[in-house]
Amino acid sequence: MKINTSKTTGLRKSLQRAEEIFFRSLMLLSSCLIVGVLLMIIISIMRKGIPSLSFEMLTRTPKGGFYFGKEGGILNAIVGSLYLALGATLLAFCIGLPVAIFMNTWLLRHRKTVNLLRFILDLLWGVPSIIYGAMGFTVMIMLGLRTSLLAGIIVVGLFVLPIMIRAIDEGFKTSPAGLTEAALSLGSSKSELGYRVLAMQCFPGIVTAILLSFGRAIGDAASVLFTTGFTDRIPTSLGQPTATLPLSIFFQLTSPIPEVKNRAYAAAVVLTIIILLTSLLARFFTSKFKKQSIKF
Amino acid sequence: MRLWTLVILLTPLVTGAGLCWKSSMLLSDHSLVSLLSSVVWKPLSGQFGFASFIISSLWVTFLALLFAGPICLLSALHLTYYAHSRVTKIMQPAIDILAGIPSVVYGVWGVIVIVPFMSNRMAPLFGVETSGYCILAGALVLSVMITPFILNILIDIFQTIPTELHESTLSLGVSNWVAIRSVLLRKAFPGIVSAMGLGISRAFGETIAVLMVVGNVAKIPDGVFQPGYPLTALIANNYGEMLSIPLYDSALMLAALILFVIVLLFNLLSRILIIRYENKYK
Repeated sequence: MKINTSKTTGLRKSLQRAEEIFFRSLMLLSSCLIVGVLLMIIISIMRKGIPSLSFEMLTRTPKGGFYFGKEGGILNAIVGSLYLALGATLLAFCIGLPVAIFMNTWLLRHRKTVNLLRFILDLLWGVPSIIYGAMGFTVMIMLGLRTSLLAGIIVVGLFVLPIMIRAIDEGFKTSPAGLTEAALSLGSSKSELGYRVLAMQCFPGIVTAILLSFGRAIGDAASVLFTTGFTDRIPTSLGQPTATLPLSIFFQLTSPIPEVKNRAYAAAVVLTIIILLTSLLARFFTSKFKKQSIKF
Repeated sequence: MRLWTLVILLTPLVTGAGLCWKSSMLLSDHSLVSLLSSVVWKPLSGQFGFASFIISSLWVTFLALLFAGPICLLSALHLTYYAHSRVTKIMQPAIDILAGIPSVVYGVWGVIVIVPFMSNRMAPLFGVETSGYCILAGALVLSVMITPFILNILIDIFQTIPTELHESTLSLGVSNWVAIRSVLLRKAFPGIVSAMGLGISRAFGETIAVLMVVGNVAKIPDGVFQPGYPLTALIANNYGEMLSIPLYDSALMLAALILFVIVLLFNLLSRILIIRYENKYK
């Protein structure tokens, strides 16, 4: 009898071990798969795009016959995208920082309201960008406006706003409660607490939020599809239409001419590099400025 | 500050109301049920049937979740309960970069890698012919896109489970996997469901990348190797030219409204579920 139980427990132990090994390797495999797919995406984009990437492409605007494979570059799209993303990030920052501070100072004692706000922001974060684009376009038609850089900046700014606020807010959350209490007990007003204590303490969080929003703004195509238009020139004022990198890639890729297609791949490389740089910069800032914040 | 806060609160309401108002023109002479169930899409003769678009969207979304869901779950378990901190340090930036890559770059990747793979490798394997621009290609690209999103939420979900629960289960003498399977996964179940729900809403609203690989043919797909035409692609492809045809813009706004409602609904339910779940461990 005794031998029998020990035999079954032994069997169960080895079964458990086999199960453990099986699932453990499955887990490892899926983690490796995720990293592998990332590497594969970057490598395949680079391999396709780098051969057709040239200095001329980066520094010139499209010339006549560009879309039939003639000479020219995508400078219009690069500059347009940078203008658009910088403008949208600035707009989102100017609205986002006060709102995040409002949530973390004035509403300190209204937990429920703050949580409701966070909830709504999370919902807004999930709204697809195409809806922002379609809505922006409808409003523009109603007001009789043409496609322009400004319209694009407003639509993209609204699109990245929830991301900006939630990211700054998450940064503020990590600030110790003692710091807020100390500032208030020294007699600082709520604005002083927000802009001079919280914003300084959570500076790396704010920079990360800005870079995150910038990355989103520069990469999004669906919201600018109807709002910024497309042009071969670099815009000189906010009222002009502008080209953007994602749309430039999208339009050139649909062309049947191989030279134009190759340019789309090269433009994809440019966009990927911008995104990678932004991501690297965010990591660098987070690690560099962490040392300056007050620890408890 | 109060003003800005108010602006933010009003944005979804204004958007919803605007979409409703715009689409009401179409709804006044077509019933909603007939629009949703009809497959005939002939804007020139005033026939707007959304069925094929909605079904395409559902196909692409659920296939994407089918691919991404299990992999995210396993990887999240690996990163939370098994991985060495060095591995986590490598994985975290990788996930961040994956989340940051613009959708148009995913689209390009789909066109140069997934589409040829579909037509040259997968299709002969199943004995069908396809151009490669099909539902399955769209779903594969989408599954990669929603992976970092679901993965991050899942990691958060597992981290909210108290360590004591894990440790006390281990102290009963079971292996790590058995503890995860029989205790932690059960505890985390509502959280996992809501993470998948958020993944669904993210996949449902994705536009450019899907548009580039899914083929865009307006009929109900009868297999994963057939081209499809999701709602988002419909809006993106036709918005510029709709002004010349009566009721066309209203129809596209209705498409946007359907999209908005579905995405918001999934988001709402999942978020509520997550909040309930997190409150349990506070």
